Amino acid sequence: MTLGGIDLVALMAMLMVASTPILLAATGELIAEKAGVLNLGVEGMMIMGAIGGFAGAVMTGSPALGFLAGAGAGAAMALVFGFLTQVLLSNQVATGLALTLFGMGLSALIGKGFEGVRPPATGKLDLGGLADLPVLGPVLFRHDWVVYLSLALIVAVWLFLHLSRAGLILRAVGENHDAAHALGYRVVMVRLAALAFGGALAGLGGAYLSLVRVPQWTEGMTAGAGWIALAIVVFASWRIERVLLGAYLFGGVTVLQLRLQAAGYAIPVQLLSMAPYVITILVLVIISARHRRGAQAAPAALGRIFHASR
Amino acid sequence: MITLVARPAPSRFWSWATPVLAVLATMLAGGGLFALLGSDPFEAIRVIFWDPLFGANAGYFRGQLFIKAGPLILIAAGLAVGFRAGIWNIGAEGQYIIGALCGAAVALAAFPAESALIFPAMVLAGAFGGWVWGMIPALLKNRFGASEILVSLMLVYVAQNLLAWAAFGPLKNPAGFGFPGSRNLQQYPSAHNAELIAGSGVHWGVVAGIAALIGTYVLMNRHIAGFRIQVAGDAPKAARFAGVAPARLVGFCLGLSGALAGLAGMFEVAGPSGQVTDSFNAGYGFTAIIVAFLGRLNPVGILLAGLLMALTYIGGDMAQLTLRLPAAAIQVFQGLLLFFLLGMDLLTNYTVQWGKARA
Repeated sequence: MTLGGIDLVALMAMLMVASTPILLAATGELIAEKAGVLNLGVEGMMIMGAIGGFAGAVMTGSPALGFLAGAGAGAAMALVFGFLTQVLLSNQVATGLALTLFGMGLSALIGKGFEGVRPPATGKLDLGGLADLPVLGPVLFRHDWVVYLSLALIVAVWLFLHLSRAGLILRAVGENHDAAHALGYRVVMVRLAALAFGGALAGLGGAYLSLVRVPQWTEGMTAGAGWIALAIVVFASWRIERVLLGAYLFGGVTVLQLRLQAAGYAIPVQLLSMAPYVITILVLVIISARHRRGAQAAPAALGRIFHASR
Repeated sequence: MITLVARPAPSRFWSWATPVLAVLATMLAGGGLFALLGSDPFEAIRVIFWDPLFGANAGYFRGQLFIKAGPLILIAAGLAVGFRAGIWNIGAEGQYIIGALCGAAVALAAFPAESALIFPAMVLAGAFGGWVWGMIPALLKNRFGASEILVSLMLVYVAQNLLAWAAFGPLKNPAGFGFPGSRNLQQYPSAHNAELIAGSGVHWGVVAGIAALIGTYVLMNRHIAGFRIQVAGDAPKAARFAGVAPARLVGFCLGLSGALAGLAGMFEVAGPSGQVTDSFNAGYGFTAIIVAFLGRLNPVGILLAGLLMALTYIGGDMAQLTLRLPAAAIQVFQGLLLFFLLGMDLLTNYTVQWGKARA
């Protein structure tokens, strides 16, 4: 199946891999924002996850340990952010920016020794007969375990937010931290936990970039993926099932423009590379315009500083 | 038990003391970092902060100080106005690139004609380009409510791709033997943004930076618009009751900071950098955010913070040469500085009390 010189099955198969880093990061950010914290440092956490995961995998020889290290690096970054914004009550927008700048620098510093190194390969998950199905096999069933983990997390987060008591508390903290505090919930602890989870997923997404998607380490390799993850949370109106849609839509655009580059159309490469960012802006505009008229979808306490005054 | 009690108004003393403390804390933490990287921390701090000002080749480096501080100050002056109003333009890097492209395009279109009008035209084109790039997020915010943070940031990546396209395509030097990059504007007298005093590093961009600081000072302290911006940032609801139109404020702040960032890019490409290449932008647009915060969003503070950040750039280059420290170490340093500053701001807005607070 080809269309305009582009193999559609290969395109669809690449789509899932291309979307996974952003899907993971956006899922994590959604949890943090549901708890009322706007962490603009996703890009910084992702890039630290990318180098942390890469270094971990190269040094231990195990991709699984690498992913663990990536998640740990992301969570550690998120806790720095958490300490500054939740304990020292700093401005969340400025602190998030600082986290990104710091992550960019630190990752480049750590990454110096890892340039040009090949990471150990992450194997495909063996799904037996499913992988041999025509069309569906290559598109859906020939991926590594992280792709399926990212999908399972969507289900888990949905169940957590909608059916569990802990999820209810998390949302209460995000909607009205003063009321949650008055009810005896520990607002700061809930937010720190949500941030750490968000950071771990951003780190995992970054590690997926450097270990599977590319796979190698280059300085600044996230190239705005963290910011796009932030935009996808807005696109999804803070609903987890729509995060999946947003991430796959974005992944689709990315893969399509790469394929168009490869297919040799007479469009300059740089203008094609612009497409994912332009489309993110467009989607953001459309969604924001819709919310203008209806109810606000964002958690009510998003970005506000919590200070328990007695 | 430690309790935080909010101050009725931010402490003036601490708002000036925290940047100084943050710089000292960063030096300590940075020293630790350099020790981890295997360099002597005292030597590293000396090479970065002392030698460019007072070392053997200080004469050369002092000029570099203004070359690096010029764009930082020019961009930060505009950003600070928006930050005061709670309008977050974090895409100054993109506005800087577009300003440079527009300014250079005017010069390259006029080449090889010589005229005293070319440079002023470039200045206008640079400011206009940055203004347009800043007005895109402003319009999308006002019209559709899209977050200016995300849109302005996305536009950085769009600008970067446009820059690469221009450097390899329409602005490529026809006499460049196929190498990417435009003609060198330093060799085109009508377009060259030369040093005004030889060896000082002061070019028109530095002058514009100082002018921008004076202009924003007057705006914020002597003009009703500045008062409105301040109120909108401190108490958005009160501002609305007082008749401040948020949409106009968004347009003004993003347009102003965009135009200033565009100017900075234009002065850079016509002067110190000389050429449109796909990597001529040095991240000034992002560092300027740190400069704005470190300078307390205040013109005098921004001047000092801009010079300090310029010093870390030059010191970082020197440390790369003499101590073989990686270039990224300076970025870490700058990030740490912002962390310490934001964390210590607690002291500006709260008093820390030991023991149980009275009920």
